[in-house]
Amino acid sequence: MAEEGKDNGRRTREDAARTRSPGGLWPVGVRPVLHKELGDHLTGLRFGILLLLVGVASLASVYSSGQALREVAFQAEGARNVFLALFTASGKQLPSFVSFLAFLGPLLGIALGFDSLNSERSQGTLSRLISQPIHRDAVLDGKFLAGLATIALMLIVLILLVAGLGLIMVGVPPSLEEVLRLIIFVLVTVLYVGFWLALTQLFSVIFRQSSTSALASIAVWLFFTIFAGLLVGLAADALAPLPSAPTMAESVRHEEVLTSLDRLSPVTLYSESTTALLNPNVRSLGVLLPQQVERALASPLALEQSLLLVWPQIVGLIAGVVVFFAVGYVLFMREEVRA
Amino acid sequence: MGREAEQSVVSTRGLTKRYREVVAVDGLDLSVDEGEVFGFLGPNGAGKTTTILMLLGLTEPTTGSAEVAGHDPVREPLAVKSVVGYLPENVGFYPDLTGRQNLSFTARLNGIPRRVAEERMDALLRQVGLENAADRAAGKYSRGMRQRLGIADALIKEPSILILDEPTIGLDPDGIREFLELIRGLSRDRGITVILSSHLLHQVQEICDRVGILVRGKLMAVGPVETLGRQLDAGSDSKMEIGFGPEVNAEEAEQALRGLQGVQDLTRETDYWLVRSDGDLRREAVSALWGRGMVPVHLRLRHYGLNEIYVHYFREGVEPRG
Repeated sequence: MAEEGKDNGRRTREDAARTRSPGGLWPVGVRPVLHKELGDHLTGLRFGILLLLVGVASLASVYSSGQALREVAFQAEGARNVFLALFTASGKQLPSFVSFLAFLGPLLGIALGFDSLNSERSQGTLSRLISQPIHRDAVLDGKFLAGLATIALMLIVLILLVAGLGLIMVGVPPSLEEVLRLIIFVLVTVLYVGFWLALTQLFSVIFRQSSTSALASIAVWLFFTIFAGLLVGLAADALAPLPSAPTMAESVRHEEVLTSLDRLSPVTLYSESTTALLNPNVRSLGVLLPQQVERALASPLALEQSLLLVWPQIVGLIAGVVVFFAVGYVLFMREEVRA
Repeated sequence: MGREAEQSVVSTRGLTKRYREVVAVDGLDLSVDEGEVFGFLGPNGAGKTTTILMLLGLTEPTTGSAEVAGHDPVREPLAVKSVVGYLPENVGFYPDLTGRQNLSFTARLNGIPRRVAEERMDALLRQVGLENAADRAAGKYSRGMRQRLGIADALIKEPSILILDEPTIGLDPDGIREFLELIRGLSRDRGITVILSSHLLHQVQEICDRVGILVRGKLMAVGPVETLGRQLDAGSDSKMEIGFGPEVNAEEAEQALRGLQGVQDLTRETDYWLVRSDGDLRREAVSALWGRGMVPVHLRLRHYGLNEIYVHYFREGVEPRG
């Protein structure tokens, strides 16, 4: 080593400088990956198709709920939070905006994540990528953040569009609190879609074929949006059977088992949190006995109170994202990437 | 090791990689000098790619260690990867991006400032002959163009070491020649150390200063191609072909040959015997047979020429895989 002299010493210092990111804020390599992925997402055909699909569904649902609201809004006394009702009320023909998002949101995450790693592998770009002086996890981090940013952008565009339509139809401008509630609603929706993004990105690490990970993701999506509800009902019946003339205790227990099983599903967590966030009149998300509400005033909750109510649901979604991301991370770090 | 004058920029000591029961690389001691073109040769599945991955810090050795440009790939993979340009086997590019955009992404991953990157890209694209295709989508590139873009991609960080994994696969003869000339030129003009793996010895032998032959994870021989044969000869038994005219009784001849001192093994080929022995037995054999009135009409000591190296090691290694 001693005779290798100055030349190598200089080179080493240069290398050390190269391993730090120029901005200093991001781990080295995350930013270029994020930029590239974001560019891919935003210019890709996929983004346009998704925006069109979700956009049409949302506009249609808000239009229909707006029409329904127009008929009743001004007769309803107080007419509070009419603007938010646009998003949660279902019209005559169509389900509400929120339930559309609960159903179609996962599809956004799936579409952006299902081939994120296995396509790099099959294109032969992955081995080139990880032989650059970046940490391997920068690839996962950059891709996930780019997906999340794309989702956020898409949802903001969507909400603005829908809110604009609602404003024209109902003619009641949102109050400050309503705007705040909407902003939090967007954040929770990004989190919800992010949950599916993390799940499908995990699948894209596990499965070599993009088609396999797409199918697996869609299977999970269908399970949670359609079948889980049916299964939960059956399971609750088995665990806490309801006799023909149930006592109070028996029905409460049945209901509790049902809700806690139901809350294993991200779709339920999301629906519950958006319901409480967008409708201040929702005062509880669990079983409420008549005794508990006996002397309560049926007044709407303040924003902090609504947030407090849905906090467990939000934490549940965050935990899901963290777990899926961490598992994908561990698998990817251990994998030996061959051309 | 007789080459003290030059520095070794890549060296491994007892480098071993085990996948469950399979030993992919077995106690590899290798040393590559600064500025040389080193051919890393061996049949498919010999452990070449695994070795390269370990040099880059992309996989960890089971035991042993490596040093690349003064860094340990296990401990400082980023330092290694910022001075090593790597062209993987079957290199791929983002099909929707142009050749230039693909290069610029790699430049950004290396933290190269935009203006510097632009200059380097222009120069490199010209050098690999892609200046006219640079703004076309990389998905439309031919195999040869991809390979040349791969070289530009590996060079954009201005590496001091270039590692190419099976770079000639899938190229036509002209393409191979041009490609090898390009590499030779890079090594000559920029003083880059090149390590190039291949399973086709005769394709790459002319541009390699030295070659190392890897078979089943073990390094069989290292050195300039011309001296390889001698090394292999020295390390193994000597093989003599000896044949007689029809007047000689085959059984008597065989007995006489078996009686020679140092003979290990005797096999009957179509018109001669192949005698495996500890040393060169030509003189002893001829005088002993002459004494018994049997005159050999064919006598040859088998050498390891390039072809023998190829046949002996490479075929042997390839065939079991089908």
